[in-house]
Amino acid sequence: MSYSDKVVDHFNNPRNMGSFKKDEDGVGTGMVGAPECGDVMKLQIKVQNDTIIDAKFKTFGCGSAIASSSLATEWLKGKTIEEAQKIKNTDIVQELNLPPVKIHCSVLAEDAIKAALADYQKKTDAQPTGTK
Amino acid sequence: MKFPIFLDNHSTTPMDPRVLEAMLPYFTEKFGNAASRNHAFGWAAEEAVEQARKQIARLIKADSKEIVFTSGATESDNLALKGVLEMYKEKGTHIITATTEHRAVLDTAKSLEAKGLATATYLSVDKNGMVNPQDVEKAITDKTILISVMLANNEIGTINPVQEIGKIAKARGILFHCDATQGVGKIPVDVQAMGIDLMSFSAHKIYGPKGIGALYVRKRNPRVRIAAQMDGGGHERGMRSGTLAVPLIVGFGKACEVCEQEMTSETARLSKMRDRLQADIMAALEESYLNGHPTNRLPGNLNISFAYVEGESLLMGMKDIALSSGSACTSATLEPSYVLRALGVGTELAHSSIRFGLGRFNTDDEIDYTIKKVIEVVTKLREMSPLYEMAKEGVDLKSVQWAAH
Repeated sequence: MSYSDKVVDHFNNPRNMGSFKKDEDGVGTGMVGAPECGDVMKLQIKVQNDTIIDAKFKTFGCGSAIASSSLATEWLKGKTIEEAQKIKNTDIVQELNLPPVKIHCSVLAEDAIKAALADYQKKTDAQPTGTK
Repeated sequence: MKFPIFLDNHSTTPMDPRVLEAMLPYFTEKFGNAASRNHAFGWAAEEAVEQARKQIARLIKADSKEIVFTSGATESDNLALKGVLEMYKEKGTHIITATTEHRAVLDTAKSLEAKGLATATYLSVDKNGMVNPQDVEKAITDKTILISVMLANNEIGTINPVQEIGKIAKARGILFHCDATQGVGKIPVDVQAMGIDLMSFSAHKIYGPKGIGALYVRKRNPRVRIAAQMDGGGHERGMRSGTLAVPLIVGFGKACEVCEQEMTSETARLSKMRDRLQADIMAALEESYLNGHPTNRLPGNLNISFAYVEGESLLMGMKDIALSSGSACTSATLEPSYVLRALGVGTELAHSSIRFGLGRFNTDDEIDYTIKKVIEVVTKLREMSPLYEMAKEGVDLKSVQWAAH
């Protein structure tokens, strides 16, 4: 099994690798996976006026997991919250040509997106005067 | 330097040019069947096979009549376990082996158990991967017919105290099988001194061709008998039927001869390179952990876990170096290395392990390059790792509630 070109590209040139401060305004953080499974993804979104203006990721996992989360941040930027909810793991599989044995990496990336969105939602619900 | 660099010599080895040269005439000129007793083609082939038997036997201090040729160490392991169980089933059907054995032994034992032909005890190992001879002794029952413990482990390089285990087996009259595939030709092996009754090994781990292996079967003190698993013609004294693969056997013999001649100098050279690889990498990278015994290990083996970094991504970052990892992501079954788990390393560090297998044809330049690359890629991946980030922030990762699915 040699790696697909797109996976290698994301690995060598990861998009949006890094972190926002968790307590920064408008930031939602999703952390999924577990070290003993060999896969942990942290995905963060920065939202303004219901639109994701920036996204960042950090991943502990194989090349396909890194590529899936890197791709996710690429796709998230510029989407509205509603559009982001529609991102499916199957889209990731198709874009990266993931083989069957790596499909679970794309599922984890979708989980990470949903977790980040949920975290953002939780934070805005908690604020008394709505989002900035 | 040629790329990719091959540092996975535990999986297989390139053939030594001297071995290839010895084999070639037996494909086209001296192509006879060694069992053809009535003409020059057969006689030439038989002579070559006998010469190879002698070369192989010399390496392990056995008699040439005690070498049975098989298709490889996996077949030898199957033949040893199944052959003994079938032959001696009236005497007993209990096998003692260890959790770190190669799948060729473990799966064979499990298959015998599933068929109701044997029961097996799988001994655990210490944190360095070593089998304790006392544990072997304690596991012996009046139904025990075979002990099977490997000489050196293919993942972590740990060398087992085979001589002591052999002594215990002998004292209790139990047959001792040793899977010596990773040790033969690399460290001194003496089936007499080690009290070994059956031993598996193969050619392609020692710069010989793939497709040929041997089972050493003791002829004296005691005379060991095994039930053939391949019938048809009675080759190899009735123990393994099938036309002998003469060119492969010739290669196997030559490979053993070269190993015998070069073992001392090669061990010194490989140990030096391996020690340098180990020292430089571990000095530069914090939280890197050696897996396996620190001193009692194969000269060319190194196995390190790099915390917070996953193995397959590490391999991807070093595409121009051929290595292997104990990570689940690198296995066909998505299970992390059972050998590392048996050490009690913890699944997280199992996912973070890299195995380096140095061999005869590796150079100092290649080691230099590898050291640099490993440091570079681990550092890059730690920058990318949420676990490293959390650890740097002082978070105790063991206390985190992970949202795994």
